Amino acid sequence: MSLLRSPSREPLWKEEFSVFTSDERYVTRRQLAKFLTLASLGMFVGNLWVLAKAYFAKTPSFPSVEVGEAGEIPVRGVKLFTYPAPKDPCILIRTGEDEYVAYSQKCTHLSCAVYFSAKDDRLECPCHQGWFSVRDGSVLQGPPPRPLPKITLERNGATLLAVGVKES
Amino acid sequence: MTNLERSKQRRGLVAIDGAMVLLVILLIIQIWLLSAALETFLAGHTGAVLQAAIFSGLVFLGCVALNLFATRVD
Repeated sequence: MSLLRSPSREPLWKEEFSVFTSDERYVTRRQLAKFLTLASLGMFVGNLWVLAKAYFAKTPSFPSVEVGEAGEIPVRGVKLFTYPAPKDPCILIRTGEDEYVAYSQKCTHLSCAVYFSAKDDRLECPCHQGWFSVRDGSVLQGPPPRPLPKITLERNGATLLAVGVKES
Repeated sequence: MTNLERSKQRRGLVAIDGAMVLLVILLIIQIWLLSAALETFLAGHTGAVLQAAIFSGLVFLGCVALNLFATRVD
C-alpha cells in the first residue's frame, strides 16, 4: 500500500482525514458567545438548585437536653455544655437571680470560642475582638457577620433544659 | 468586496464584540449572584434566594438574546 502512495511527509490517515488541528482549535466569536450563554444557563441552574435546597430543606428537630440545675451557678456565672451535638460547644450564663441565657460558643466569624466578660457584660471573642450582646447575642463590635445562635431554654422544675437553637 | 460591504462587515464585527463584552459582564454578575445566594443559604438565611434565582433567570434570558443577536448579525 505504501508503495502506491506518492512520497509525502504526512502519514496516510492525515491525508485522507484532512482536518487541520489549527482550524479545529480556532474558536469563532459566535462559538464563544454560545459557550458564554451555556455558562449563564449553568449559573441559573445553580441558583435554582440553591432555591430548591432552601425550600425543600427539612426543619431541624432538636432534642431536649438537661443543661443543669437552676441554682447551680452563681449570678453572672457561666457553665459550658454541648448542644445539640456533643461537638457543639455552648455557654450558659446566669444574668439575674432567675434569668438564664445560653448561646453557641462558636464565634460567627471564624468559630473561636467566645467567653463571658462579666465586667463588661458582653460575650467576647479573643481572636479578633468580636463582641456580642449578652441580652440577645447581637454583634456589638468586630468582624463577626451574624449574631450568636441562641439556645432556647426551658425550665422543668429546678432543671434547665436546652430545647432548640435559634439562628438570628 | 466593495467599500460598502467592508464597512458593513466591520460594523457587524464591532456589534458582535460588544455583545460578547456584555455577555461576559452578565456572566460575572451571575457568578456573583450564585456565590451570594449560596453564602446566605449556608448561613441559614433563605429570604434572598428566590430573588437571586429570579434575577439570575432574567440575566440568562438577556444572555440568550445577546447570543441570538450575535448569531444573526451579518
